Amino acid sequence: MDILDSKLLSKQAYIGSRTLRTEDKALLKGLGQFVDDIKLDNTLFSSVLRSPHAHARIIDINITLASQLPGVHAIYLHKDLPLSAQKRLPLNTPNAAITLVMTQEILASTEVCYVGEPVAFVVAESRYIAEDACSIIEVDYEILDATSDCIEALRETTPLTHTIAKNNLIAKLPLSYGDIDGAFSADAVIVQDIFSQNRGSAHPMETRGYLAEFHKATSQLTVWSAGQAPHLEKKTLIDMLDWDPEKIRVIMNDVGGGFGPKAIFYPEEALVAIAACDLNRPVKWIEDRREHFLSGSQEREQYWDISLALTQEGKIRGIKLKMTHDNGAYLQWGVILPYIGVTTTPGPYVVPAMDVDLKMVFTNKGPTSPVRGAGRPQAVFAMERILDKAAKVLSVDRAKIRQLNFIQPEQMPYNVGFIYRDGKAMIYDSGDYPKCQSLALQKANYDTFSQRQKLAKLSGRHIGIGIANFVEGTGLGPFEGATVRIQQNGRVTILTAAAAQGQGHKTTFMQICADQLDIDLDLIDVIAADTNAISMGIGTFACRITVTTGNSVYLAAQNVRSKVFSLAAFLLQCEVSELEMANGLVFVSTEPTRSKTFADLARVSQGIPGFSFPKGVTNGLEDTQYFLPTQAAYCNGTAVVELEVDIETGQIEILNYVMGHDSGKLINPLIVDGQVQGAVAHGIGNATLEWMRYDEQGQPITTNFGEYLLPASEDVPRVSVVHLETPSPLNPLGVKGAGEGGTIPAAAAIISAIENALDDPNVFLKDTPMTPQRLFEILKNNTTSAHH
Amino acid sequence: MDKIHIKVSVNHQMYEKDVDSRCTLGDFLRNDLGLTGTHYGCEHGVCGACTVLLNSKSVRSCLLLAVQANGSEITTIEGLANDDGTLSELQQAFTECHALQCGFCTPGMLTTLTELLSENLSPTEAQVKSAISGNLCRCTGYQPIVDATILAASRLRDKSIPSAAIKQ
Repeated sequence: MDILDSKLLSKQAYIGSRTLRTEDKALLKGLGQFVDDIKLDNTLFSSVLRSPHAHARIIDINITLASQLPGVHAIYLHKDLPLSAQKRLPLNTPNAAITLVMTQEILASTEVCYVGEPVAFVVAESRYIAEDACSIIEVDYEILDATSDCIEALRETTPLTHTIAKNNLIAKLPLSYGDIDGAFSADAVIVQDIFSQNRGSAHPMETRGYLAEFHKATSQLTVWSAGQAPHLEKKTLIDMLDWDPEKIRVIMNDVGGGFGPKAIFYPEEALVAIAACDLNRPVKWIEDRREHFLSGSQEREQYWDISLALTQEGKIRGIKLKMTHDNGAYLQWGVILPYIGVTTTPGPYVVPAMDVDLKMVFTNKGPTSPVRGAGRPQAVFAMERILDKAAKVLSVDRAKIRQLNFIQPEQMPYNVGFIYRDGKAMIYDSGDYPKCQSLALQKANYDTFSQRQKLAKLSGRHIGIGIANFVEGTGLGPFEGATVRIQQNGRVTILTAAAAQGQGHKTTFMQICADQLDIDLDLIDVIAADTNAISMGIGTFACRITVTTGNSVYLAAQNVRSKVFSLAAFLLQCEVSELEMANGLVFVSTEPTRSKTFADLARVSQGIPGFSFPKGVTNGLEDTQYFLPTQAAYCNGTAVVELEVDIETGQIEILNYVMGHDSGKLINPLIVDGQVQGAVAHGIGNATLEWMRYDEQGQPITTNFGEYLLPASEDVPRVSVVHLETPSPLNPLGVKGAGEGGTIPAAAAIISAIENALDDPNVFLKDTPMTPQRLFEILKNNTTSAHH
Repeated sequence: MDKIHIKVSVNHQMYEKDVDSRCTLGDFLRNDLGLTGTHYGCEHGVCGACTVLLNSKSVRSCLLLAVQANGSEITTIEGLANDDGTLSELQQAFTECHALQCGFCTPGMLTTLTELLSENLSPTEAQVKSAISGNLCRCTGYQPIVDATILAASRLRDKSIPSAAIKQ
């Protein structure tokens, strides 16, 4: 029976339904197993001593006093690490354009390059004692000049981030397509400006953390991690510890949010593993929030100098872009983050020509890597803001100028023009962008907004509306895999290394599997986020798990379904076409008492010692599939935000937030709605609150939740989500990623709405976050430009 | 380190322990009693994930020392379900409204909202938002938590009406 035939039999009960999450019960009763909740006997605890300077040379480290402190078991400096761990971390995503491959050391040997860089590692009886010991380690630093601004960093006279570097430029990436000179010819209308976004961090509510245990009897090393990418962490541990790949296991139980930064391999993971092996006791490290501010990966600080060429009617002819990316002190994901950013620029619009000059720059600040949105919020901010400006210049309505430029659904698949970072043409697979915007505008009552605005003004209120569109490449390769196995007890297990940080993957996988095997969810178990569950995997980021793992579960479950039917037909001496399946029972349709349970079949498939299988019967009722996407599945969306600005205080209140969202076929709309609402909250934070600030010496000055504000309950409105479901033709389920779409257009739409509310021809807002204080200053000064 | 003898009731069970004078209440609950449902998200009193009920009032267990809880009655997330182990109305509403994703802030949300519902069975959306304004959540965008609380409150109100009154 081939997959298509068996699909016809599937009753499709769970896919598409608002199934309640199976993850919830334990979490609601306080029975989750986050990494710090795992209690192993004899565990030692640890603390990291970090550099207080943005740039310094280490002259001497004195640990005498600290090592004498009762309860201290070991103190590691760079020289104490195994030779394999004295190397710099591997760069998992190399690129020929990178002129200086400067990744982090596990512990700094001679030079520290950002505040928070690990210098020493203390292992002790308790976290309290480990922190005591850190406070009495004496480090003699020679303070070096630091660079903290990525634009300044490119000047000849600016201090070097790394003393061995020739300059602060990491890579220069020119990218272009189309006839750019033609686009910018004399008859073009040209609109130009410079946009920027601040630094922030993802701030999952659970900080980073690791627990390592070495089993002496088997030489097995197990690491529990609050991470996103089990197999990537395993691969790095193998390198850093020079370890037998078959004797190392990375497990991620419950993880308290990720949003990007937990996909990075951090020094502390190697440190707990090294110490656990040395001391032959489990070793745990749990980050505190201040450390997360210093050493957790950050994002968004970029400068976008964008020129848009248009026809007199407002049709886009081309874009020239100079983008500078503040990478921070060390490389983590190569050029991926800024590359995603610039290639996101055209979005849902026909842009016939583009010319990009991308510069990646080292600074003595915390390293960057993707945070929910991954460079796209900046691209959408620059593109949508310059379109707003063009609309103003040409006196066209902001919705109209977008409508005029949309790629039409009949143009799909659409070749954008770029060669993507995988070396292939960047091609949108599907989507209906005009419809998405039009439905969102309808839901937001855009047509009648100007009347509302006029009425509000009569009563002294300032309301505004903003629109922003995006297209996001999701479900990227190379693969993720899953095994579906029917057990001898009749239960079905899904095994995968894909790790969840709150996205409800287990429930999603169970729904997909249940429909293929016509069983209820309570017959299914999921083992996930464990490198022992399946031999290969990548990780959870870039909205890829439902596409990659979801389709792997689907294909594997379909194959298991075929195996069940084949074996049952053999045992019941009938044709497959005579059989039906329900609730773990396979039976002859016309004679239901002739049946076999999943348990019966699983036992037969396990074989009897000494007996060969008859022809056509294979061992095991299981199948493993790795879904290999050929390219990204592109989701898209439109944010329409209506808000009110209190011009006395600069406070904003969001009155209506509409999100048109097309992530293809929805497996669980309850979960997808939750992803959108949560992602929008993150975007509201970026637009109005979150600001990771450094002083000129690279010293971070926002290192707690009082100084760095996350959106709280009263800052986030209800988001009205309008779903479109344009299935991706690139995977059997037709799904696309859904975790980041809410964040990506948020800042662009919100800032546009604020500007619209101010209704002042002299105010054009070009950066984020637009905090009440900054807005107040702009209102007070009301100068010709709001650029800082 | 000085050890101090304390006696506390946690989720209706009595505990007597010698604790370090500097041990925080949250560490005591998590490490000494093994009640790991209470989470530390910031350790500086802002995120609210560590909120427990101390004599029925919500407190930050990262900002209190264990010794300060001596003689108190504490309720943690582990003590919120019904006696038979089924989910409380609030917990049930949380799963129905998808009011948790990663679940890390959930202990603080549930304890804070349990306090709210003990004082006000008819909260408005604004009152719920105000009650959890000191509890950070990075996953849900809060609205589902508000919806869950309103739902739980309505069910609790129905329950609190005597059955005779419903018949009329």
